[in-house]
Amino acid sequence: MFRSGSIQSHLTLRDKIFSLDLTLTICIFLIGIISFFAMYSTDGGEFAYHTKSHIIRFIIFFTLFFIISFIKTSFWYSSATIFYLGVLFLLILVKYVGLTSSGSQRWLDLYFLNLQPSELMKIGLILFLAKYYHKISSGDVNKFRYLAQPLLALLFPVILVITQPDLGTSFLIAVGGVIVVWLAGVKMKFFAYLGGLFLLSAPIAISFLKPYQKSRILTFLDPSRDPLGAGYQITQSKIAIGSGGLFGKGFLDGSQSYLDYLPEKHTDFIFTLFSEEFGFFGSMTILLIYILITWRIVNIGHTLRTSFGRLYCYSFATAFFIYVAVNMGMVLGLIPIVGAPLPIMSYGGSSMMAIMIGLGIVMSCKIHKDQSLG
Amino acid sequence: MISDSGGSSKIRLIGRRMFILTAAKAVVVFGVVGRLISLQINESKKYKTLSDKNRFREWRFAPPRGVIKDYFGEEIASNQKVFQLHLIPENAENLSALIFRLKNILKMSDNAVSKIQKKIKSQKPWDPVIVSDNLTWAEFSRINLFLHELQGVEPIISVARVYREQSSSHVIGYVSKISKKDLQQKNYLANMKAAGMRVGKTGLENKLDSEIIGNVGHKRYEVNAFGKRIKEVSIDKGKIGKSYKTTLDLELQNLSSNLLKDKAGAICVMDIYRGDIITMVSSPTFDPNKFVHGISTKDWKELISHRDKPLVNKAISGLYPPGSTIKGLVAISALENDVVNTKMVQQCSGSIELYGEKFHCWKKKGHGFVDMRKAIKESCDVYFYEVARRLGIDRLSETARSFGLGDTMVKGFNEEKIGVVPNTKWKKQRIGKSWYLGETLHSGIGQGYWQTTPMQLCLMTARIANGGYDVEPRIVLGEKSKFSLFTEKKKNPKSLEEFFNTEQSKEFDDTTIDFGYKPLFRNQENINFVKDAFFGATNEPGGTSYGSRLSKKEFMFAGKTGTSQVRRITEKQRELEIKNEDLPYEQRDHSLYVAFAPYNEPKYSISVVVEHGGSGSKTAAPIAKKVIKKLLERHTLRQQVHDNYKGEDV
Repeated sequence: MFRSGSIQSHLTLRDKIFSLDLTLTICIFLIGIISFFAMYSTDGGEFAYHTKSHIIRFIIFFTLFFIISFIKTSFWYSSATIFYLGVLFLLILVKYVGLTSSGSQRWLDLYFLNLQPSELMKIGLILFLAKYYHKISSGDVNKFRYLAQPLLALLFPVILVITQPDLGTSFLIAVGGVIVVWLAGVKMKFFAYLGGLFLLSAPIAISFLKPYQKSRILTFLDPSRDPLGAGYQITQSKIAIGSGGLFGKGFLDGSQSYLDYLPEKHTDFIFTLFSEEFGFFGSMTILLIYILITWRIVNIGHTLRTSFGRLYCYSFATAFFIYVAVNMGMVLGLIPIVGAPLPIMSYGGSSMMAIMIGLGIVMSCKIHKDQSLG
Repeated sequence: MISDSGGSSKIRLIGRRMFILTAAKAVVVFGVVGRLISLQINESKKYKTLSDKNRFREWRFAPPRGVIKDYFGEEIASNQKVFQLHLIPENAENLSALIFRLKNILKMSDNAVSKIQKKIKSQKPWDPVIVSDNLTWAEFSRINLFLHELQGVEPIISVARVYREQSSSHVIGYVSKISKKDLQQKNYLANMKAAGMRVGKTGLENKLDSEIIGNVGHKRYEVNAFGKRIKEVSIDKGKIGKSYKTTLDLELQNLSSNLLKDKAGAICVMDIYRGDIITMVSSPTFDPNKFVHGISTKDWKELISHRDKPLVNKAISGLYPPGSTIKGLVAISALENDVVNTKMVQQCSGSIELYGEKFHCWKKKGHGFVDMRKAIKESCDVYFYEVARRLGIDRLSETARSFGLGDTMVKGFNEEKIGVVPNTKWKKQRIGKSWYLGETLHSGIGQGYWQTTPMQLCLMTARIANGGYDVEPRIVLGEKSKFSLFTEKKKNPKSLEEFFNTEQSKEFDDTTIDFGYKPLFRNQENINFVKDAFFGATNEPGGTSYGSRLSKKEFMFAGKTGTSQVRRITEKQRELEIKNEDLPYEQRDHSLYVAFAPYNEPKYSISVVVEHGGSGSKTAAPIAKKVIKKLLERHTLRQQVHDNYKGEDV
């Protein structure tokens, strides 16, 4: 099979396979399997386009996950900056040659895949900042000079994504970055300043929002404001989840999704569909698997000796958790609809690719934990 | 090599901060789990309902109303096929363009269009709006021609109420769209919501509404988010309303209506034993079909501004002083109370002076010496002034009430008026003044405060004609009357006439308990005396309706005329002898006539009132004569139907 020639290693492939974290791998696989069924249901119980392409993507990116795992952590460490800059370049490229869909310019046409660089930026930023804070000494963390650089590294992609416009993804990118900064030990007061600044700029930011974004926020505050318009998604999603009850309506029997009351059912609202068909037990199962994944990543981070490894794993675990929480919170009507996919479950190549890369690097850290980053 | 600067202290810091994040995550997990529990467990029922509401859509349709037939099975209120045009707003591509197009094709008025638009706004987008519920064939075919470009429009063949003739418009009533008031008054309408639903507004349509209306049907479909029907879940065809047979005779209705043509008034005919209302006609009449599909403002204004009030059912809502038709009742009251006897003689010189007031007889020259029979036969007012004076108003009013005046007798007709049976207590309460003795005298000839409906007069006559029993009117066949209860008990329903004729002479105390009718008399001779006096009035020279008699023995009837003044005749007018027809229409006397027929074996009673028709003998009596002739000609036929009727549903 694959053998990374360029990287010196004293671990054989067999060693690497054996040192894979089994729980994490199985959980990822389980989510994958569950997502096949969910996707099959969104296709109306047919083995149709979404299901097929989702399965193919999962196979490709799950393989990618293994490949990345087997590559030395030091490689990822050293290529973090380039990875970040590369994605940043792609984000800029999107501005000029990106595909536009539903009023938003997010995608690059790569023929076999419409790549959404903003998804990759979620990982890119974490990787970049983890490396950054690995390098500087803990004494320097709170110095102004060392604060400016991460802030710029964070703001630049976030602004690029906001202007696509894609509020949800830019928020998730920013959250990932802020977590790294937080874990690195930046003093609380800076976050307070940042928070204050954010609040102050909120009115200005709101004036820049597109009408549909404004209405989404207003609708979140009062879904009955416009039940057939902007509130429709929240209302229908809640109806679907609630009507699932304890055990659900049964596989392929979710009337809400079947009769097209659920919008975006194969992407952002895949959890809703699953909840409707499998009820409270179904939703809890998925939630538990995601918690298990998060927990395993944190655990892996715990065993690592480098601050890069720890920072990366902790941050990624937290970011991963937030992706899940934001998606679920959104479909459950706890937070506004922002357009955040559910990791691995949701249909979408870029998102799955980003998550698999992120998870792969975590696994690489685990496998190569005894090796130095040098 | 790049070193991990900071070392273990840094890692410790990271760990500490990670701990905080983990705690925050736990909070979030609690939040999500809590929400899941609340949605999927606690409120699951609510959301299941909402989900079903999403899934299912119901289309409800109005059932055909039951048919109303006459005694012989002729349909009076029927159903006919109508072409309707329904519009389902959510199926239309461009609603306003569609409405504009329809407006042109159907040549609708702006008013009609705005009504439709209002209706669309008021209901769910998948509920059909009836653009027109009675398209002509030309319109219907024109719509079908353009149908391919009228997405969202559905031509539908439906069933609607139709009234084939207008003689029974008042008694049958009419149906129209459901109003807010209807919803408040008729509870059963709450689950009767359907496009094109009609509700009975007046007459029998209103009385029988809850049964005749039927049950709303529905089709339930599972639909997707775009309103497309996925599959039919259930269908309920609804139930056609119950049909009713009435006691009416359509042919007599038509005859009566024709006799009253160009006149204002009413004719009532009743079976004196069963109480069956055979005729209830009011004139002028109107076209009830106009209400079924919404009456135009012009037609409506015309109807309500008409001098003769065509919408009023004068048979039960028209109030008239009974005039001399009440004299039989006054005589009965006086005889029953032993105030006078039939032999009492009074001299009539054309007027009498009492209490400082001059009371006139209709005959200026006077009747000379008259006894009670002659007084009824020739309708001597002076005689009855004296009888009333001796009797007193309170005793008279008691008798009047027992014979059916001053109360609603036809059950279920909201429009029925009770009228006025005056007495001292009534005047004190309603007018706040004491009773004057002079008013008793006026009351004795049916003038003054009296207000009666033609139906009440007909019932009064029936109760006299059947020998003084409290028969009650009924109009719906199968409705339990006292008599039908009795015949059921006897299990051998012989004709009641026979029963009366053979057994009434025997101790009626036993039999009356049996057949349910209460005698209204103390001494039946008094009733019979009045019947005989009525005979004289019609069949003996000098009688007030002698000119309208039927001389064939089996057609001979007995009746009493009445002329009721609508104004006070001044002394000057009396002197000038102004003829009634020379007066302005509104001031002319009402013409009344009550009778029963045939005299030998009384079967039917009749009352005729012609508003401002002059004297009773001139206008009302000749009309009654024609009705009676037809009525008696049809008696055998009616009897056959009666004998074959087994009380089954129609």
